[in-house]
Amino acid sequence: MFLKFSLRSVFNGAGGGNDIQWCFSQVKGAVDDDVAEADIISTVEFNHSGELLATGDKGGRVVIFQQEQENKIQSHSRGEYNVYSTFQSHEPEFDYLKSLEIEEKINKIRWLPQKNAAQFLLSTNDKTIKLWKISERDKRPEGYNLKEEDGRYRDPTTVTTLRVPVFRPMDLMVEASPRRIFANAHTYHINSISINSDYETYLSADDLRINLWHLEITDRSFNIVDIKPANMEELTEVITAAEFHPNSCNTFVYSSSKGTIRLCDMRASALCDRHSKLFEEPEDPSNRSFFSEIISSISDVKFSHSGRYMMTRDYLSVKIWDLNMENRPVETYQVHEYLRSKLCSLYENDCIFDKFECCWNGSDRSHENVTTSQSHPF
Amino acid sequence: MMLSKGLKRKREEEEEEKEALAVDAWWLEPGHPAVAQAPPAVASSSLFDLSVLKLHHSLRQSEPDLRHLVLVVNTLRRIQASMAPAAALPPAPSPPTAPGIADNLLASSDAALSASMASLLEDLSHIEGLSQAPQPLVDEGPPGRPSGAAPPSLGALDLLGPATGCLLDDGLEGLFEDIDTSMYDSEFWAPVSEGHKSSPEDGPGKEEAPELDEAELDYLMDVLVGTQALERPPGPGR
Repeated sequence: MFLKFSLRSVFNGAGGGNDIQWCFSQVKGAVDDDVAEADIISTVEFNHSGELLATGDKGGRVVIFQQEQENKIQSHSRGEYNVYSTFQSHEPEFDYLKSLEIEEKINKIRWLPQKNAAQFLLSTNDKTIKLWKISERDKRPEGYNLKEEDGRYRDPTTVTTLRVPVFRPMDLMVEASPRRIFANAHTYHINSISINSDYETYLSADDLRINLWHLEITDRSFNIVDIKPANMEELTEVITAAEFHPNSCNTFVYSSSKGTIRLCDMRASALCDRHSKLFEEPEDPSNRSFFSEIISSISDVKFSHSGRYMMTRDYLSVKIWDLNMENRPVETYQVHEYLRSKLCSLYENDCIFDKFECCWNGSDRSHENVTTSQSHPF
Repeated sequence: MMLSKGLKRKREEEEEEKEALAVDAWWLEPGHPAVAQAPPAVASSSLFDLSVLKLHHSLRQSEPDLRHLVLVVNTLRRIQASMAPAAALPPAPSPPTAPGIADNLLASSDAALSASMASLLEDLSHIEGLSQAPQPLVDEGPPGRPSGAAPPSLGALDLLGPATGCLLDDGLEGLFEDIDTSMYDSEFWAPVSEGHKSSPEDGPGKEEAPELDEAELDYLMDVLVGTQALERPPGPGR
C-alpha cells in the first residue's frame, strides 16, 4: 500500500494573498516500485470531521486510518494517522451470463454523517454498493452464570449462586460489518456515489445511467438519468461523475466526457434526462487540438459546502463554477499546463485518459487538489 | 468455460505497442512554430493509425471501458475529418467524397471501424437487452421509473449470479438461446459431405474438407488478410 498524506498543488487562496505551502506530512506504506497490484490504492475519502480517512484498493479492501486524539486540540495539528480498521469490502465476482469477471477494485467510498457511536460508509466497485458499519468495542461482559469464561456451557445443576454479569474493559476492537448490499442495478461501471442531504437516499452513477436508492431498501432503485442512446452506435458521450447538492435534496449534478455539467431537479420530472442547467465553457480556439475533447473530459465534480459553487477537474485544470452562471467558470486553475505540449505522447501511452479527483477545504475559501490517477495512484 | 475473456489489458502489451509505433509528432515538439499557433488542420497518418489501434484494442476487451472507447472514437472521427481531402473547403462535418487511394483506404477502414464499433456496441446493448427480462413486479408507488436494471428485470443475471446461487429451470433455456455460440457453430465442424468422417478434434476443417467450396475459402482468406492488415502496425516511412 502506498499512501502519501500530502497535497501537491499550490494555490493562492481565493480570499487571501498568502501562498500556501504544502508538504508531506506522513507517508504510509511502501515507498518503492515493488507494490503488489492488489495494494494499489484506488480511492481515498476523509469523513466529515477529518478524524477518519478511508482508503480503498484494487484488492477490494478498505483501510481506515484514525487521527491521533491527543493532537486534535491544537489548531495547526499534524496529528498522526494510524490504522484503525481493515476489512475486505468486495470480492471478485464472476458474471456467468456475460462470462466476465467483476473486479473487486473499490471505485469510491463515501462516509455517512455520524448519527451515533458507530460510523457508516458506502463503498462501491464496478457493480455493487455496500453499506458498512464500523463500530468500536472496548468492553465485554464477564460473569455469566451458564457459561464459562472460555465459552463452554456449564452444567446448570452445578450452579449454586447467581451473579449479575458486568462489563469490563478490554482492548479496543474495531469491527466492520456489512449492513446493506445494493446490487444488480448497474449494467455499466459505477463511477460515483453521493449521499443526499436528506440522509435517507443516495445516488449511484455509471457510464450511462444514474440511480436513486434509499439506504434502507436494497431490492429496488429508481433510475433518474438515462443517456443511453436507442442505437449504441450513436453513443458519443458518457457520464463521468455525479453529486447531490449539499443543501437541496432535490438537486444533483452530473458531468460528462465532453466537459459539460448538467444540473437536474428531481421535482421537475421523474426522469431527469432534461437538465435544468447546462454548464459548459466554449472551447478556446487557440488551444484547439485533436485531443481537446479528451482533456476536456471531467473526471470529478464537487459542490462547495455552501452549495453556491462547484469545482470540476479535467485533465489539465480545475475550474470553479458559480451555479448562477452557466456559460463559463468564475475561476480556472491550470494544474499542469506544461503537459499541454506533450498531449500526443500522453495519448500514445494512454496517460491522457487518467482521472483525477478534487475537493474543497473546510472553509471553502481555497481549494485543495488531491490527485489520484487511474493508473498511477498518488 | 471462457474464463480468459475476463483478462484485462496487460502492461506488456502496452509496451509492445509503444515500440511498434513510431508516432510522428513533429508538429507537437516544443519550439516548433506550429506549437505556438493553431494546430495543423491535417493529422499525421501515424496518429490515425495509433487511434485505430487503440480503438481495436478497446473493442477487443471483454468489457470495454466505455469512456475510453467513446473518447477514442470521437478523436478518431476528428482525425478522419481532417485527413479527408478538402483543400479549398473549410473543415466540413463529413469528409467530402473524392477519388484517390488514400480516400479508399480511409473509406474501407472507416467501414471496418464502423462495422466493428457498431457490432460491439450492438453486442453491449444486446447483452443488456438480454438482462431486461419481463419484470414481475412493477412499482406503483412514488412517480419515477423503477430502474430497468433493478433486480426484477435483472432476474436473469440474478439467477446465475453467485450471490443467489439458485437456478430456476424455466429461466435457463431462454437465456442460452440468445448467447452467441457462433464460435462453436462453425460450418467446418459439420460433416460437409457423405463419407467425410472428420470429427471436431481433427484440427482445422479447411485441411480436412477438400469438398469445401473454393469460393468460400477465398472469401475466408480475404477476411483474414483484411483483419490482419488493419491490425498490422504501420511500416516505416508511412
